[in-house]
Amino acid sequence: MSAGPMRMRATLGSGFTDVRVLMSHVMETGQRKDASGQVIPLHFIQNVTVKLNGKTVVEGEVSQAVSRNPVFSFRLKGGQKGDKIEVSWLDNTGVTNKTEGAVA
Amino acid sequence: MLKTLMGGVALALAAAMPLQAQVDIRKETQRWQQMIAEGSPAELFEIEGEDLWKKKQGPKNVSLEGCDLGQGPGVVKAAYARLPRYFADADRVMDLETRLLHCMLTLQGRSREDAARRVFGNEDRPSEMELLSIYIAGQSRGVPMAPGTRHAKEREAFELGQKLFFHRAGAWDFSCSSCHGEADKRIRMQFLPVMSQPEGVRKIVATWPTYLVRNAQVKTMQWRIWDCYRQMRWPEPVFGSEATVALTQYLTVTGQGEPYAGPGTKR
Repeated sequence: MSAGPMRMRATLGSGFTDVRVLMSHVMETGQRKDASGQVIPLHFIQNVTVKLNGKTVVEGEVSQAVSRNPVFSFRLKGGQKGDKIEVSWLDNTGVTNKTEGAVA
Repeated sequence: MLKTLMGGVALALAAAMPLQAQVDIRKETQRWQQMIAEGSPAELFEIEGEDLWKKKQGPKNVSLEGCDLGQGPGVVKAAYARLPRYFADADRVMDLETRLLHCMLTLQGRSREDAARRVFGNEDRPSEMELLSIYIAGQSRGVPMAPGTRHAKEREAFELGQKLFFHRAGAWDFSCSSCHGEADKRIRMQFLPVMSQPEGVRKIVATWPTYLVRNAQVKTMQWRIWDCYRQMRWPEPVFGSEATVALTQYLTVTGQGEPYAGPGTKR
């Protein structure tokens, strides 16, 4: 399955940067069954990484308890207008996706 | 003496706090709503909706870009905030979805069976109608809601919607106003807005269509009304029918003036 769209917004506060990111993902818990009674296999985002100008600033582990199409927000210390923010995720099937943007 | 008094006050405050936390469900709900207000997952679906708007389809193999949503053919900017309204070419009042359906039939030459086969999607695949609605509504952000109120048919639709809102029928003798007619009614933890009052409905009409966290889907007002009818145990209303558009007209006119703040996120 190809990874769906992501949306990211990074806004500068006084001395910090707020990063808010939307991800499209099914986030299957492995507990649901389909119409024919077969268990729908576990499929969820495992790692979320936030980079500021190429330097990793957040490394997060995410579980299957997170909802479908999750929204995450992070507050980073410092940051300046125009700084490059990259958010990426990796799921348990090895699919990955990322989005980039500048601090506004 | 003063010290002991103050100590007493502090103790009394501390004792009162857990109780206050218990009763402030409303405040906590508002806090949660604020947290999810910006950055709705609905945004993820807007791109897909835009692609569908531009996709050539139907026997005539044309896109919907020639569709007149009330602001001229192909104009999507601020179009949603001015709906429902009267359309002379169809000689009736239409909301967004009814108008889209109309364009699919007339412009793209599709049959009603084809265009309305799957108006409501599921969590794995939103419907074409839902994706299109999210995209078009998103083009009205910040625009005050101003549905048509001048044409005789627009006033007629408002009055019909108002009647339907208060009309009790069905197996449970329910009307919309049974749940949405007075303050402080709730279903489990959900406070129900008074939809016959501007202050109750303004924020509602300004945030649909919306993303529903409970079933991870984007949903439209036509669906919301359809689902209310199901919950009231009324017969299933026809998509884009006079009745559903009239109800939308009644609610939107009652709640007009609020800047459009959707597509939002709801429980």
